[in-house]
Amino acid sequence: MISMHKLGKSYGEKRVLRDVDLELPRGGFAVVTGPNGSGKTTLLRICAGLALPSVGEVHVDAERAEVGYLGHEPLVYRELTALENLELYGRLYRVPERRERVGMLLERFGLWDVRHERVASYSRGMTQRLALCRVLLHDPALLVLDEPYTALDSQGAELLDAQLGELRDERTFLVSTHEPVRVERFATAQLALA
Amino acid sequence: MNYLADVRALARKDLLLELRARDTLPAMLLFVVSVFVVFHFSLPSSSSDLAANGLLWVAIVFTALLGLGRAFVPEREQRVFDGLVLAPSDRSAIWVAKSIATFTFLALAELLALPVFALFFHGVDGTTIAAVLLADVGICGVGTFVGAMAVVTRARDLLLPLLFLPLAIPILIGGVGASVVDAPGRYLAFLGLYDALFALVCWAAFEYVVTE
Repeated sequence: MISMHKLGKSYGEKRVLRDVDLELPRGGFAVVTGPNGSGKTTLLRICAGLALPSVGEVHVDAERAEVGYLGHEPLVYRELTALENLELYGRLYRVPERRERVGMLLERFGLWDVRHERVASYSRGMTQRLALCRVLLHDPALLVLDEPYTALDSQGAELLDAQLGELRDERTFLVSTHEPVRVERFATAQLALA
Repeated sequence: MNYLADVRALARKDLLLELRARDTLPAMLLFVVSVFVVFHFSLPSSSSDLAANGLLWVAIVFTALLGLGRAFVPEREQRVFDGLVLAPSDRSAIWVAKSIATFTFLALAELLALPVFALFFHGVDGTTIAAVLLADVGICGVGTFVGAMAVVTRARDLLLPLLFLPLAIPILIGGVGASVVDAPGRYLAFLGLYDALFALVCWAAFEYVVTE
């Protein structure tokens, strides 16, 4: 599903990625590791279609509608409520039976009771849960998750574990993390960036 | 139909954000009234109506610039722009919706600004109002397009006026012309042509602006 060969990315003089190769078949689960500044986020942004490589080739066999991207930022509006944010994304992603899907995700991630509150009033962990709802809303075939466990408490992390376990066999994953132990039971490939 | 529904949802979101945050329209209102007050006391009492017309258009362009500078702030602060760009909907819908929202804020600011102008200087006729509305369309369309380019750069606060003001010169020419001549038809037509031409260019090119 993802194929990259000799991929490189530079911002001006600064080279962020160099000679990265990865073959991730449909249904695979790749874990990307590496220290801060090693280019994990850049690599994931390229795979999600948010950035272009400077050199090399990358092929992602998924339409925009089939990609779910979780970045460092939650990509939700702080002045809107959780419900309004997910309704907006559901509209843009043409999610069928949008209301039911939004309600189910908010319930699952423990945000149903605060669905009418503005995101600005949420804790960082609650915002991350909402971001996960946004990623899963359109049931993507490819999930590109950048540090998905960031800011989650133990209950949130367990919820995410359960979600990953549930989707593991049906979806393709590209996950960057500083805690590879957490997802190693799902992994079929590992990419260590220097 | 999906396209229009996307535009409606995105524009509604922008209006809702402003209704809650209230950080664009009040600033525009304060600015435009302040400008007229300053002009009122700095212009000699013997100055002509022609000079006052010029000031009206300067105030409109700079008030619009204030609104345009804030247009993409919610998207920039939470990097929501990434989320919108990733969605499978047509990306030009983002531009259309943001232009509609900016147009609404500018028109609301002018709803107060024009009576204040009439109070301090001279009355505003129907031709000037038509010219202002036509100019608003061009200002918001082009300004939103340029704002989307500027928002991803580090020097966005500098880049927006640098890119926008040269593109707004034809609007000023058309607006001032329509306000001061006896037969404003060709100036209004010029503004209409500018709106149509730049709307088409911005609509078609927006996809490339938001793609790296």
